Amino acid sequence: MTNEQMTPSETEPTDDQTTPTPGTDGLADTADSGWETTTDRTLLEARDLSVYYGEEQALSDVDIEIPEKQVTAVIGPSGCGKSTFLRCINRMNDLVDSARVEGELRFDGKNVYDDDVDPVALRRKIGMVFQSPNPFPKSIRDNVAYGLKVQGKKDNVDEKVHTALERAALLDEVEDQLDSSGLDLSGGQQQRLCIARAIAPDPDVILMDEPASALDPIATSKIEDLIEDLAEEYTVVIVTHNMQQAARISDKTAVFLTGGELVEFDDTDKIFENPEHDRVEDYITGKFG
Amino acid sequence: MAADTGETPADGFGRVSRTKDVAFRLLALAATLIGIVSLAALLLNVAVDAVGWLDWQFLTNPPHPDPYEAGFLPALVGSIAIMLMIALVTFPLGVGAAVYLEEYADDGYLTRFIQLNIANLAGVPSVVYGLLGLGLFVGLFNIGYGTVLAAAFTIALLILPIVIISAQEAIRAVPDSQRQASYGMGATKWQTIRNVVLPRAMPGIMTGTILALGRAIGETAPLIMIAAPTTVFGLPNSFFSKVSAMPLQIYNWASYPQTEFQYGVVAAGVVTLLVVLLTINSIAIVIRNRYQQRT
Repeated sequence: MTNEQMTPSETEPTDDQTTPTPGTDGLADTADSGWETTTDRTLLEARDLSVYYGEEQALSDVDIEIPEKQVTAVIGPSGCGKSTFLRCINRMNDLVDSARVEGELRFDGKNVYDDDVDPVALRRKIGMVFQSPNPFPKSIRDNVAYGLKVQGKKDNVDEKVHTALERAALLDEVEDQLDSSGLDLSGGQQQRLCIARAIAPDPDVILMDEPASALDPIATSKIEDLIEDLAEEYTVVIVTHNMQQAARISDKTAVFLTGGELVEFDDTDKIFENPEHDRVEDYITGKFG
Repeated sequence: MAADTGETPADGFGRVSRTKDVAFRLLALAATLIGIVSLAALLLNVAVDAVGWLDWQFLTNPPHPDPYEAGFLPALVGSIAIMLMIALVTFPLGVGAAVYLEEYADDGYLTRFIQLNIANLAGVPSVVYGLLGLGLFVGLFNIGYGTVLAAAFTIALLILPIVIISAQEAIRAVPDSQRQASYGMGATKWQTIRNVVLPRAMPGIMTGTILALGRAIGETAPLIMIAAPTTVFGLPNSFFSKVSAMPLQIYNWASYPQTEFQYGVVAAGVVTLLVVLLTINSIAIVIRNRYQQRT
């Protein structure tokens, strides 16, 4: 593991992304290697995070610090635990009976696996977009407003729906048909609808689990442009099996290899141009995986 | 392609025998037709017998010893009243049980035991449910012999397992991705069930419930067990009125000595029963289609 034990950083809450947080020295590798150094504050932080499905270990002692308001890509071969890692962040793994999580995952300094954390409340701060578009069989408006509805945010719903659709780069295409079914849209539009649905309640983090893998290249490039824009306001963690995609859109890249092991986590440029580990280089260059 | 150029070999590629193919096709057709043709013959026979007997007077009169005066109204209204009560009882109970088993219950021994029992209960003969209704509703709860409530509760128990099982299937058919989308938005379990699972499962649940009601409307044995009168002359006017039902009245007429009853009046009753059954089923289909279009 490259991520040598870093001092646990009890980050002070700060709303300003440009404020450097002195306690965060988790990017030491980056500083040493001379690549672009970011001093953004850490929003998500895993410590010795392991996940088991029954007897099978899906994630093994992961340590990672994910910076705020950047795009962090998680790549690796299938079955390497990258989706499992993503689903740990908003505790979607709680829905799997056989899943067991060990270690810590801190969100804004608070371990989300503490007893006093309500996973439903947590998920209201961490939106999620899934692999294949899964809009509800409801109108476009109701789809986007779903999070607002279940979270009891009943003010200015129409305005928030418009804003979310605009941010998801879908408003122009659907403005006249907000009352028609979300299922009538094309696959790419449906996925942008799901992104609008995820951002409408204004979460802090957006998790994306291979959001473009079921889409054609044009729809994919629209989603990619959108993800880069989203990082201005949100912390985005995206799982992808497409390395070009990770290289194009992410600031940071985490490489998981078999056995649920986080092998390397660094600036995306560094990972793709000069990775520390031979195994990562082999994977990036397609020799393995 | 050979066809494009016209250079097909003179004898093609040889021939493969289709004898068994054709033979099996005919057998399958025969299997299909035996059931349908005999049912059609029966319906036709009954319909012909009913001609001249099934008129407005038959539908609006109470039963009468004279076949030309005999009417079906109390049994018709009784059946409809019982059906409405059954629907009111089984729908919430069935959906509630199905939601619990599919969405809440852990997949443990207890759940599997309950599941197994429900499957078995769906196959228990209706006369046994009649006995249960007699002991439970008439005896223990003292609702009264052959009342609307006793009849409805007894038959409701009978079709409840069918409603539960079909509702479970409808709920299970809701894609998991929909639940995930809802939970991912920070919805609670109840919000997910209320907003995502039930709307999507509702057409299936309704179909199952209505098909179960179709079975309920023909039930006779449980009604006999709870001592429902075979013939009632007045309309039910409360939950505790004595009530008869269409199949019971038909059964009663069939035991009369006069041939006018055995053929004409019985046939008119059967046709009425079938028409009511088909009406209920078509209403169900209309409701279901409406529901599907809205989602």
